[in-house]
Amino acid sequence: MTATLKDTTAIVGIGQTPFARRLPEPEKTLACRAVLAALDDAGIPPSEVDGFASYTMEETDEVELAKAIGAGDATFFSRVGYGGGGSCATVAHLAAAITTGQATVGVAWRSRKRGSGPRPWRDTVHQLPTPAQWTRPYGLLRPADEIAMLARRYMHTFGATRDHLFLVALACRNRANQNPAAVMHGCPLTREAYMTSRWISEPLCLFDNCLETDGALACVLVAADRAPDCRRRPVYVHAAAQALPAQHHGMVNYWCDDPLRGPSWTAARQLWKAADFGPADVDVAQIYDAFTALVPLSLEGYGFCGRGEGAAFCEDGALEPGGRLPLNTSGGGLSEAYVHGFNLITEGVRQLRGTSTAQVPGAATCLVTGGEGVPTSALLLRS
Amino acid sequence: MTTAARTTTDTGLLLPVPDTDGAPFWEFAARGELRVQACADCRTPRFPPRPCCPHCQSFDATWQQLPGSGHIWSYVVPHPPLLPAYTDLSPYNVVLVEPTGATGIRLPGNVVAAPDAPLDSVDPSCLYIGAPVTVVFAALAPGVVVPRWQLAEAKP
Ligand SMILES: [Zn+2]
Repeated sequence: MTATLKDTTAIVGIGQTPFARRLPEPEKTLACRAVLAALDDAGIPPSEVDGFASYTMEETDEVELAKAIGAGDATFFSRVGYGGGGSCATVAHLAAAITTGQATVGVAWRSRKRGSGPRPWRDTVHQLPTPAQWTRPYGLLRPADEIAMLARRYMHTFGATRDHLFLVALACRNRANQNPAAVMHGCPLTREAYMTSRWISEPLCLFDNCLETDGALACVLVAADRAPDCRRRPVYVHAAAQALPAQHHGMVNYWCDDPLRGPSWTAARQLWKAADFGPADVDVAQIYDAFTALVPLSLEGYGFCGRGEGAAFCEDGALEPGGRLPLNTSGGGLSEAYVHGFNLITEGVRQLRGTSTAQVPGAATCLVTGGEGVPTSALLLRS
Repeated sequence: MTTAARTTTDTGLLLPVPDTDGAPFWEFAARGELRVQACADCRTPRFPPRPCCPHCQSFDATWQQLPGSGHIWSYVVPHPPLLPAYTDLSPYNVVLVEPTGATGIRLPGNVVAAPDAPLDSVDPSCLYIGAPVTVVFAALAPGVVVPRWQLAEAKP
Protein backbone atom coordinates (compact mmCIF):
# COMPACT_ATOMS: atom_id res chain seq x y z
CA MET A 1 0.00 0.00 0.00
CA THR A 2 1.32 3.41 -0.97
CA ALA A 3 1.41 5.96 1.82
CA THR A 4 -0.62 9.05 1.03
CA LEU A 5 -1.62 12.37 2.56
CA LYS A 6 -4.88 12.44 0.61
CA ASP A 7 -7.67 13.61 2.93
CA THR A 8 -5.89 12.17 5.98
CA THR A 9 -5.89 15.49 7.82
CA ALA A 10 -8.12 18.53 8.05
CA ILE A 11 -7.78 22.18 8.94
CA VAL A 12 -10.23 22.63 11.80
CA GLY A 13 -9.33 26.05 13.10
CA ILE A 14 -8.17 29.38 11.72
CA GLY A 15 -7.27 32.57 13.54
CA GLN A 16 -5.88 35.99 12.82
CA THR A 17 -5.16 39.38 14.33
CA PRO A 18 -6.28 42.62 12.74
CA PHE A 19 -4.21 43.69 9.73
CA ALA A 20 -2.75 47.20 9.53
CA ARG A 21 0.24 49.17 8.36
CA ARG A 22 1.18 49.40 12.00
CA LEU A 23 0.02 47.37 15.00
CA PRO A 24 1.27 48.36 18.45
CA GLU A 25 1.87 44.85 19.82
CA PRO A 26 5.10 42.90 19.23
CA GLU A 27 5.27 40.02 16.73
CA LYS A 28 5.41 37.46 19.55
CA THR A 29 2.18 38.74 21.05
CA LEU A 30 0.50 38.77 17.66
CA ALA A 31 1.64 35.18 17.07
CA CYS A 32 0.13 34.07 20.37
CA ARG A 33 -3.15 35.85 19.64
CA ALA A 34 -3.48 34.28 16.19
CA VAL A 35 -2.68 30.77 17.43
CA LEU A 36 -5.05 31.01 20.40
CA ALA A 37 -7.77 32.33 18.11
CA ALA A 38 -7.28 29.38 15.77
CA LEU A 39 -7.43 26.89 18.65
CA ASP A 40 -10.57 28.55 19.99
CA ASP A 41 -12.07 28.37 16.50
CA ALA A 42 -11.38 24.63 16.49
CA GLY A 43 -12.53 24.12 20.06
CA ILE A 44 -9.25 22.46 21.01
CA PRO A 45 -7.45 23.44 24.24
CA PRO A 46 -3.84 24.68 23.84
CA SER A 47 -2.63 21.90 26.10
CA GLU A 48 -3.36 19.41 23.32
CA VAL A 49 -1.03 21.07 20.80
CA ASP A 50 1.96 18.83 20.13
CA GLY A 51 3.05 19.90 16.63
CA PHE A 52 4.32 23.18 15.21
CA ALA A 53 5.28 24.38 11.74
CA SER A 54 6.26 27.80 10.47
CA TYR A 55 8.65 29.68 8.19
CA THR A 56 12.40 29.98 8.71
CA MET A 57 11.80 33.74 8.57
CA GLU A 58 9.35 33.56 11.49
CA GLU A 59 10.81 35.41 14.48
CA THR A 60 8.64 33.84 17.19
CA ASP A 61 10.13 30.40 17.72
CA GLU A 62 8.42 27.25 18.94
CA VAL A 63 9.80 27.59 22.47
CA GLU A 64 8.43 31.10 22.89
CA LEU A 65 5.08 30.25 21.36
CA ALA A 66 4.57 26.93 23.14
CA LYS A 67 5.40 28.21 26.61
CA ALA A 68 3.22 31.29 26.17
CA ILE A 69 0.07 29.59 24.91
CA GLY A 70 0.40 26.63 27.28
CA ALA A 71 1.02 23.94 24.69
CA GLY A 72 1.55 20.35 25.75
CA ASP A 73 4.66 18.25 25.13
CA ALA A 74 5.56 18.93 21.50
CA THR A 75 6.78 15.97 19.46
CA PHE A 76 7.04 17.61 16.04
CA PHE A 77 8.31 21.02 14.96
CA SER A 78 9.42 22.13 11.53
CA ARG A 79 10.43 25.26 9.63
CA VAL A 80 10.26 25.88 5.92
CA GLY A 81 12.53 28.28 4.01
CA TYR A 82 12.13 30.72 1.14
CA GLY A 83 9.70 33.22 2.62
CA GLY A 84 6.28 33.05 1.07
CA GLY A 85 7.29 29.98 -0.93
CA GLY A 86 6.97 28.00 2.29
CA SER A 87 3.45 29.07 3.24
CA CYS A 88 1.57 25.96 2.16
CA ALA A 89 4.45 23.71 3.16
CA THR A 90 3.85 24.57 6.83
CA VAL A 91 0.46 22.86 6.53
CA ALA A 92 1.97 20.07 4.42
CA HIS A 93 4.57 19.31 7.09
CA LEU A 94 1.91 19.14 9.80
CA ALA A 95 -0.24 16.90 7.58
CA ALA A 96 2.68 14.52 7.09
CA ALA A 97 3.52 14.54 10.80
CA ILE A 98 -0.05 13.86 11.91
CA THR A 99 -0.58 11.18 9.25
CA THR A 100 2.57 9.36 10.35
CA GLY A 101 1.76 9.61 14.05
CA GLN A 102 4.40 12.15 15.00
CA ALA A 103 1.83 14.61 16.34
CA THR A 104 -1.93 14.83 16.91
CA VAL A 105 -2.75 18.55 17.01
CA GLY A 106 -0.60 20.75 14.78
CA VAL A 107 -0.41 24.52 14.62
CA ALA A 108 1.03 26.49 11.70
CA TRP A 109 1.48 30.24 12.01
CA ARG A 110 3.08 33.40 10.65
CA SER A 111 3.44 36.66 12.54
CA ARG A 112 5.09 39.57 10.85
CA LYS A 113 5.46 43.30 11.29
CA ARG A 114 6.41 44.02 7.71
CA GLY A 115 4.26 47.14 7.70
CA SER A 116 5.98 49.01 10.50
CA GLY A 117 9.22 46.98 10.57
CA PRO A 118 12.26 47.15 8.28
CA ARG A 119 12.24 46.17 4.61
CA PRO A 120 14.51 43.10 4.39
CA TRP A 121 16.28 44.32 1.24
CA ARG A 122 17.59 47.38 3.12
CA ASP A 123 19.85 45.07 5.12
CA THR A 124 23.06 45.25 3.08
CA VAL A 125 25.16 43.53 5.73
CA HIS A 126 23.45 40.14 5.81
CA GLN A 127 23.06 39.59 2.11
CA LEU A 128 22.19 36.42 0.27
CA PRO A 129 25.25 35.22 -1.68
CA THR A 130 23.80 35.53 -5.17
CA PRO A 131 22.20 38.98 -4.93
CA ALA A 132 25.16 40.38 -3.00
CA GLN A 133 27.60 39.34 -5.65
CA TRP A 134 25.86 39.21 -8.99
CA THR A 135 22.86 41.55 -8.91
CA ARG A 136 22.90 44.08 -6.05
CA PRO A 137 26.01 46.01 -7.21
CA TYR A 138 24.04 46.91 -10.36
CA GLY A 139 21.11 48.23 -8.35
CA LEU A 140 18.86 45.17 -8.64
CA LEU A 141 18.04 45.58 -4.96
CA ARG A 142 14.52 44.46 -4.15
CA PRO A 143 12.24 41.51 -4.83
CA ALA A 144 10.20 43.94 -6.99
CA ASP A 145 13.24 44.49 -9.21
CA GLU A 146 14.01 40.79 -9.42
CA ILE A 147 10.47 39.85 -10.45
CA ALA A 148 10.09 42.88 -12.75
CA MET A 149 12.97 41.45 -14.80
CA LEU A 150 10.97 38.28 -15.45
CA ALA A 151 7.74 40.26 -15.90
CA ARG A 152 9.19 42.31 -18.75
CA ARG A 153 10.53 39.22 -20.47
CA TYR A 154 7.14 37.54 -20.01
CA MET A 155 5.28 40.51 -21.48
CA HIS A 156 7.70 40.63 -24.42
CA THR A 157 7.55 36.90 -25.10
CA PHE A 158 3.81 36.34 -24.80
CA GLY A 159 2.28 39.72 -25.60
CA ALA A 160 1.03 40.35 -22.07
CA THR A 161 0.25 43.98 -21.25
CA ARG A 162 -0.12 46.19 -18.21
CA ASP A 163 -3.86 45.83 -18.65
CA HIS A 164 -3.50 42.14 -17.84
CA LEU A 165 -1.58 42.90 -14.67
CA PHE A 166 -4.23 45.48 -13.81
CA LEU A 167 -6.92 42.79 -14.01
CA VAL A 168 -5.08 40.83 -11.31
CA ALA A 169 -4.73 43.90 -9.09
CA LEU A 170 -8.37 44.78 -9.70
CA ALA A 171 -9.72 41.34 -8.78
CA CYS A 172 -7.84 41.43 -5.49
CA ARG A 173 -8.93 44.98 -4.73
CA ASN A 174 -12.55 44.22 -5.56
CA ARG A 175 -12.52 41.27 -3.15
CA ALA A 176 -10.86 43.39 -0.46
CA ASN A 177 -13.73 45.80 -0.78
CA GLN A 178 -16.08 42.97 0.22
CA ASN A 179 -13.85 42.06 3.20
CA PRO A 180 -14.00 44.44 6.19
CA ALA A 181 -10.80 42.89 7.60
CA ALA A 182 -8.80 43.84 4.49
CA VAL A 183 -6.34 46.72 4.72
CA MET A 184 -7.68 48.08 1.41
CA HIS A 185 -11.36 47.74 2.33
CA GLY A 186 -13.02 50.96 1.26
CA CYS A 187 -10.32 51.82 -1.29
CA PRO A 188 -11.59 50.93 -4.79
CA LEU A 189 -9.09 50.73 -7.65
CA THR A 190 -9.72 52.20 -11.08
CA ARG A 191 -7.85 51.56 -14.33
CA GLU A 192 -6.90 55.22 -14.43
CA ALA A 193 -5.43 55.11 -10.93
CA TYR A 194 -3.47 52.00 -11.89
CA MET A 195 -2.15 53.39 -15.16
CA THR A 196 -1.09 56.71 -13.65
CA SER A 197 0.37 55.39 -10.40
CA ARG A 198 4.06 55.72 -9.65
CA TRP A 199 6.53 53.12 -10.83
CA ILE A 200 8.29 50.85 -8.37
CA SER A 201 10.39 48.96 -10.89
CA GLU A 202 9.32 49.33 -14.51
CA PRO A 203 7.33 47.52 -15.81
CA LEU A 204 5.77 47.09 -12.32
CA CYS A 205 3.91 50.00 -10.73
CA LEU A 206 2.73 50.60 -7.18
CA PHE A 207 -0.43 48.51 -7.61
CA ASP A 208 1.55 45.53 -8.94
CA ASN A 209 3.18 45.25 -5.53
CA CYS A 210 1.75 43.65 -2.40
CA LEU A 211 0.94 45.57 0.75
CA GLU A 212 3.29 46.13 3.68
CA THR A 213 1.38 44.77 6.64
CA ASP A 214 1.56 44.04 10.36
CA GLY A 215 -0.45 40.97 11.32
CA ALA A 216 -0.46 37.31 12.26
CA LEU A 217 -2.42 34.23 11.23
CA ALA A 218 -2.59 30.60 12.25
CA CYS A 219 -4.39 27.36 11.52
CA VAL A 220 -4.92 24.09 13.37
CA LEU A 221 -4.67 20.62 11.83
CA VAL A 222 -5.87 17.27 13.18
CA ALA A 223 -6.36 13.80 11.73
CA ALA A 224 -9.42 13.38 9.53
CA ASP A 225 -11.06 10.93 11.94
CA ARG A 226 -10.99 13.52 14.72
CA ALA A 227 -12.00 16.47 12.51
CA PRO A 228 -15.79 15.96 12.65
CA ASP A 229 -15.66 16.33 16.45
CA CYS A 230 -14.27 19.85 16.22
CA ARG A 231 -16.32 23.04 16.46
CA ARG A 232 -16.21 23.95 12.74
CA ARG A 233 -16.81 22.20 9.47
CA PRO A 234 -13.52 20.48 8.58
CA VAL A 235 -11.57 21.42 5.46
CA TYR A 236 -9.54 18.47 4.24
CA VAL A 237 -5.98 18.62 2.95
CA HIS A 238 -6.54 16.71 -0.28
CA ALA A 239 -3.02 17.09 -1.68
CA ALA A 240 0.14 19.01 -0.85
CA ALA A 241 3.40 19.66 -2.64
CA GLN A 242 6.73 21.39 -2.30
CA ALA A 243 8.80 22.33 -5.34
CA LEU A 244 12.44 23.16 -5.95
CA PRO A 245 12.87 22.64 -9.71
CA ALA A 246 16.10 21.45 -11.27
CA GLN A 247 18.52 24.33 -11.89
CA HIS A 248 16.29 26.82 -10.05
CA HIS A 249 18.04 29.94 -8.72
CA GLY A 250 15.56 31.45 -6.27
CA MET A 251 14.05 34.85 -6.95
CA VAL A 252 16.85 35.63 -9.39
CA ASN A 253 15.89 32.64 -11.53
CA TYR A 254 17.66 33.93 -14.62
CA TRP A 255 20.06 31.12 -15.40
CA CYS A 256 17.94 28.07 -16.13
CA ASP A 257 16.91 27.04 -19.64
CA ASP A 258 13.46 28.59 -19.30
CA PRO A 259 13.11 31.25 -16.56
CA LEU A 260 9.43 31.76 -17.41
CA ARG A 261 8.70 28.20 -16.34
CA GLY A 262 8.88 28.60 -12.58
CA PRO A 263 8.50 26.36 -9.52
CA SER A 264 4.71 26.25 -9.88
CA TRP A 265 5.12 23.79 -12.75
CA THR A 266 6.95 21.37 -10.49
CA ALA A 267 4.51 21.84 -7.60
CA ALA A 268 1.59 21.30 -9.96
CA ARG A 269 2.93 18.05 -11.31
CA GLN A 270 3.23 16.65 -7.81
CA LEU A 271 -0.13 18.07 -6.71
CA TRP A 272 -2.24 16.79 -9.59
CA LYS A 273 -0.52 13.40 -9.48
CA ALA A 274 -1.79 12.98 -5.93
CA ALA A 275 -5.27 14.47 -6.41
CA ASP A 276 -8.59 12.93 -7.39
CA PHE A 277 -9.43 15.98 -9.51
CA GLY A 278 -7.75 18.38 -11.92
CA PRO A 279 -7.47 22.10 -12.62
CA ALA A 280 -10.87 22.26 -14.32
CA ASP A 281 -12.47 21.07 -11.07
CA VAL A 282 -11.04 23.86 -8.90
CA ASP A 283 -13.87 26.12 -7.71
CA VAL A 284 -11.78 28.94 -6.30
CA ALA A 285 -8.06 29.74 -6.10
CA GLN A 286 -5.86 31.62 -3.66
CA ILE A 287 -2.71 32.28 -5.70
CA TYR A 288 0.35 33.90 -4.16
CA ASP A 289 0.38 37.52 -5.23
CA ALA A 290 3.38 39.35 -3.84
CA PHE A 291 3.40 40.80 -7.37
CA THR A 292 0.62 40.76 -9.96
CA ALA A 293 3.00 39.26 -12.52
CA LEU A 294 3.28 36.06 -10.47
CA VAL A 295 -0.37 35.23 -11.09
CA PRO A 296 -0.24 34.62 -14.88
CA LEU A 297 2.90 32.52 -14.36
CA SER A 298 1.08 30.48 -11.71
CA LEU A 299 -2.07 30.08 -13.80
CA GLU A 300 0.11 28.48 -16.46
CA GLY A 301 2.13 26.40 -14.03
CA TYR A 302 -0.88 24.93 -12.25
CA GLY A 303 -2.49 24.06 -15.55
CA PHE A 304 -5.47 26.45 -15.73
CA CYS A 305 -4.29 27.44 -19.22
CA GLY A 306 -1.45 26.75 -21.61
CA ARG A 307 2.02 28.21 -21.45
CA GLY A 308 2.00 31.87 -22.40
CA GLU A 309 -1.78 32.07 -21.96
CA GLY A 310 -1.83 33.17 -18.31
CA ALA A 311 -2.31 36.86 -19.05
CA ALA A 312 -5.09 36.30 -21.59
CA PHE A 313 -6.75 33.93 -19.10
CA CYS A 314 -7.36 36.94 -16.84
CA GLU A 315 -9.56 38.65 -19.44
CA ASP A 316 -13.37 38.57 -19.52
CA GLY A 317 -13.78 38.66 -15.76
CA ALA A 318 -12.17 35.24 -15.30
CA LEU A 319 -10.81 36.15 -11.86
CA GLU A 320 -14.03 37.78 -10.62
CA PRO A 321 -17.07 36.13 -8.98
CA GLY A 322 -18.82 33.98 -11.56
CA GLY A 323 -15.68 33.88 -13.69
CA ARG A 324 -13.65 30.86 -14.68
CA LEU A 325 -11.49 31.03 -11.56
CA PRO A 326 -12.42 33.44 -8.77
CA LEU A 327 -9.10 34.58 -7.34
CA ASN A 328 -7.83 35.65 -3.92
CA THR A 329 -11.29 36.14 -2.54
CA SER A 330 -10.25 37.95 0.65
CA GLY A 331 -8.12 40.41 -1.30
CA GLY A 332 -4.85 38.46 -1.20
CA GLY A 333 -1.43 39.92 -0.53
CA LEU A 334 -2.17 42.77 -2.91
CA SER A 335 -5.20 44.10 -1.06
CA GLU A 336 -6.07 42.20 2.16
CA ALA A 337 -2.71 41.79 3.90
CA TYR A 338 0.77 40.63 3.01
CA VAL A 339 1.74 38.09 5.65
CA HIS A 340 3.82 35.77 3.48
CA GLY A 341 0.71 34.23 1.99
CA PHE A 342 -0.78 32.76 5.15
CA ASN A 343 -4.00 34.72 4.62
CA LEU A 344 -4.44 32.78 1.37
CA ILE A 345 -4.59 29.54 3.39
CA THR A 346 -7.14 30.85 5.87
CA GLU A 347 -9.28 32.28 3.06
CA GLY A 348 -9.19 28.91 1.32
CA VAL A 349 -10.58 27.41 4.52
CA ARG A 350 -13.34 30.04 4.75
CA GLN A 351 -14.39 29.38 1.15
CA LEU A 352 -14.81 25.68 1.85
CA ARG A 353 -16.66 26.40 5.08
CA GLY A 354 -18.94 28.72 3.12
CA THR A 355 -18.04 31.75 5.24
CA SER A 356 -15.99 33.96 2.90
CA THR A 357 -17.02 37.57 2.47
CA ALA A 358 -16.84 36.87 -1.27
CA GLN A 359 -18.24 33.37 -1.12
CA VAL A 360 -18.15 31.29 -4.29
CA PRO A 361 -21.52 29.48 -4.19
CA GLY A 362 -21.05 25.83 -3.37
CA ALA A 363 -17.25 25.95 -3.43
CA ALA A 364 -15.95 22.47 -2.65
CA THR A 365 -12.36 22.63 -3.91
CA CYS A 366 -9.69 25.30 -3.52
CA LEU A 367 -6.10 25.63 -4.72
CA VAL A 368 -3.80 27.59 -2.42
CA THR A 369 -0.27 28.38 -3.57
CA GLY A 370 2.94 29.66 -2.04
CA GLY A 371 5.26 32.14 -3.68
CA GLU A 372 5.98 31.54 -7.36
CA GLY A 373 9.51 32.55 -8.28
CA VAL A 374 11.09 30.91 -5.24
CA PRO A 375 11.12 27.30 -3.99
CA THR A 376 7.42 26.95 -3.42
CA SER A 377 4.56 24.85 -2.06
CA ALA A 378 0.87 24.36 -2.69
CA LEU A 379 -2.26 22.82 -1.20
CA LEU A 380 -5.43 21.41 -2.63
CA LEU A 381 -8.18 21.82 -0.06
CA ARG A 382 -11.64 20.24 -0.23
CA SER A 383 -14.73 20.40 1.90
CA MET B 1 39.29 49.74 6.78
CA THR B 2 40.68 46.95 4.63
CA THR B 3 39.74 46.46 1.00
CA ALA B 4 38.19 43.10 1.85
CA ALA B 5 35.80 44.66 4.34
CA ARG B 6 34.72 47.41 1.98
CA THR B 7 31.14 46.88 0.82
CA THR B 8 30.19 50.22 -0.76
CA THR B 9 31.66 52.90 -3.00
CA ASP B 10 32.32 56.37 -1.64
CA THR B 11 28.80 57.33 -2.70
CA GLY B 12 27.19 54.25 -1.16
CA LEU B 13 26.70 52.00 -4.19
CA LEU B 14 27.03 48.34 -3.24
CA LEU B 15 30.25 46.59 -4.23
CA PRO B 16 30.29 42.90 -5.15
CA VAL B 17 30.75 40.63 -2.13
CA PRO B 18 32.56 37.70 -3.74
CA ASP B 19 32.42 34.22 -2.29
CA THR B 20 35.02 31.52 -2.92
CA ASP B 21 33.29 30.30 -6.07
CA GLY B 22 32.80 33.77 -7.50
CA ALA B 23 36.18 35.32 -6.66
CA PRO B 24 37.85 34.41 -10.00
CA PHE B 25 35.12 36.23 -11.96
CA TRP B 26 35.97 39.45 -10.15
CA GLU B 27 39.72 38.89 -10.41
CA PHE B 28 39.38 38.52 -14.18
CA ALA B 29 37.08 41.55 -14.34
CA ALA B 30 39.72 43.61 -12.53
CA ARG B 31 42.03 42.75 -15.46
CA GLY B 32 39.40 43.73 -18.02
CA GLU B 33 38.46 40.15 -18.88
CA LEU B 34 34.93 38.76 -19.00
CA ARG B 35 35.13 35.09 -18.09
CA VAL B 36 32.67 32.50 -16.72
CA GLN B 37 33.29 29.24 -14.99
CA ALA B 38 33.21 26.15 -17.22
CA CYS B 39 33.59 22.47 -16.50
CA ALA B 40 37.14 21.28 -17.17
CA ASP B 41 35.84 17.85 -18.15
CA CYS B 42 32.58 18.25 -20.12
CA ARG B 43 33.30 21.92 -21.01
CA THR B 44 29.80 23.16 -20.12
CA PRO B 45 29.87 26.80 -18.97
CA ARG B 46 27.89 27.65 -15.84
CA PHE B 47 26.74 30.83 -14.12
CA PRO B 48 26.68 31.68 -11.29
CA PRO B 49 29.82 29.70 -10.41
CA ARG B 50 29.48 26.76 -8.03
CA PRO B 51 31.68 24.00 -6.61
CA CYS B 52 30.96 21.30 -9.18
CA CYS B 53 29.45 20.65 -12.60
CA PRO B 54 25.71 19.87 -12.54
CA HIS B 55 26.08 17.82 -15.72
CA CYS B 56 29.04 15.53 -14.96
CA GLN B 57 29.74 16.32 -11.27
CA SER B 58 33.37 17.19 -11.95
CA PHE B 59 35.01 19.51 -9.42
CA ASP B 60 37.58 20.69 -11.97
CA ALA B 61 36.79 24.07 -13.53
CA THR B 62 38.33 26.50 -15.96
CA TRP B 63 37.39 30.12 -16.65
CA GLN B 64 36.22 30.56 -20.21
CA GLN B 65 36.46 33.90 -22.01
CA LEU B 66 33.11 35.29 -23.15
CA PRO B 67 32.68 37.40 -26.26
CA GLY B 68 32.49 41.10 -25.40
CA SER B 69 29.19 41.42 -27.20
CA GLY B 70 25.67 40.28 -26.50
CA HIS B 71 22.06 41.41 -26.41
CA ILE B 72 19.62 42.54 -23.76
CA TRP B 73 17.48 39.61 -22.52
CA SER B 74 15.39 41.79 -20.21
CA TYR B 75 15.73 44.94 -18.15
CA VAL B 76 14.10 46.93 -15.37
CA VAL B 77 14.03 50.59 -14.40
CA PRO B 78 13.96 50.91 -10.60
CA HIS B 79 12.32 53.85 -8.85
CA PRO B 80 12.24 54.67 -5.10
CA PRO B 81 12.06 53.45 -2.41
CA LEU B 82 15.70 52.42 -2.90
CA LEU B 83 18.93 52.60 -0.95
CA PRO B 84 19.93 56.30 -0.81
CA ALA B 85 22.84 56.07 -3.29
CA TYR B 86 20.57 54.42 -5.84
CA THR B 87 17.70 56.84 -5.19
CA ASP B 88 20.03 59.63 -6.30
CA LEU B 89 20.53 57.87 -9.66
CA SER B 90 16.92 56.76 -10.18
CA PRO B 91 15.49 56.07 -12.66
CA TYR B 92 18.44 53.97 -13.82
CA ASN B 93 18.50 50.65 -15.65
CA VAL B 94 19.48 47.11 -14.74
CA VAL B 95 19.81 44.67 -17.62
CA LEU B 96 20.37 40.99 -18.16
CA VAL B 97 22.74 40.48 -21.07
CA GLU B 98 23.01 37.22 -22.95
CA PRO B 99 26.56 37.20 -24.33
CA THR B 100 26.74 36.13 -27.98
CA GLY B 101 26.94 32.36 -28.22
CA ALA B 102 26.50 31.85 -24.47
CA THR B 103 22.77 31.09 -24.20
CA GLY B 104 21.56 30.89 -20.63
CA ILE B 105 24.46 32.80 -19.03
CA ARG B 106 22.53 36.13 -18.80
CA LEU B 107 24.87 38.49 -16.95
CA PRO B 108 23.30 41.20 -14.79
CA GLY B 109 24.64 44.68 -15.44
CA ASN B 110 23.85 48.25 -16.43
CA VAL B 111 23.81 49.95 -19.80
CA VAL B 112 25.88 53.13 -19.53
CA ALA B 113 26.98 55.85 -21.95
CA ALA B 114 30.70 55.32 -21.27
CA PRO B 115 32.75 52.92 -19.11
CA ASP B 116 32.81 55.20 -16.08
CA ALA B 117 29.50 56.95 -16.72
CA PRO B 118 26.85 56.76 -13.96
CA LEU B 119 23.97 54.27 -13.88
CA ASP B 120 21.54 56.92 -15.13
CA SER B 121 23.65 57.99 -18.12
CA VAL B 122 21.42 56.30 -20.72
CA ASP B 123 17.80 57.25 -21.37
CA PRO B 124 15.80 54.10 -20.49
CA SER B 125 13.63 54.66 -23.57
CA CYS B 126 16.68 53.67 -25.68
CA LEU B 127 16.60 50.16 -24.22
CA TYR B 128 14.73 47.22 -25.68
CA ILE B 129 14.84 43.45 -25.45
CA GLY B 130 17.25 42.22 -28.09
CA ALA B 131 19.29 45.43 -28.21
CA PRO B 132 22.94 44.65 -29.07
CA VAL B 133 25.47 45.70 -26.43
CA THR B 134 29.22 45.52 -25.90
CA VAL B 135 31.04 45.09 -22.62
CA VAL B 136 32.95 47.84 -20.85
CA PHE B 137 34.63 47.75 -17.46
CA ALA B 138 33.97 50.25 -14.69
CA ALA B 139 36.31 50.72 -11.72
CA LEU B 140 34.12 51.27 -8.66
CA ALA B 141 36.78 51.29 -5.97
CA PRO B 142 40.48 50.42 -5.73
CA GLY B 143 40.79 46.89 -7.13
CA VAL B 144 37.03 46.54 -7.71
CA VAL B 145 35.91 46.45 -11.34
CA VAL B 146 32.47 45.46 -12.66
CA PRO B 147 31.48 44.71 -16.23
CA ARG B 148 28.90 47.09 -17.71
CA TRP B 149 27.48 47.48 -21.19
CA GLN B 150 27.14 50.09 -23.94
CA LEU B 151 24.53 50.05 -26.67
CA ALA B 152 26.18 48.84 -29.87
CA GLU B 153 23.90 50.87 -32.11
CA ALA B 154 20.90 53.17 -31.98
CA LYS B 155 17.44 51.64 -31.87
CA PRO B 156 16.42 50.89 -35.49
ZN1 LIG C 1 30.93 18.77 -16.49
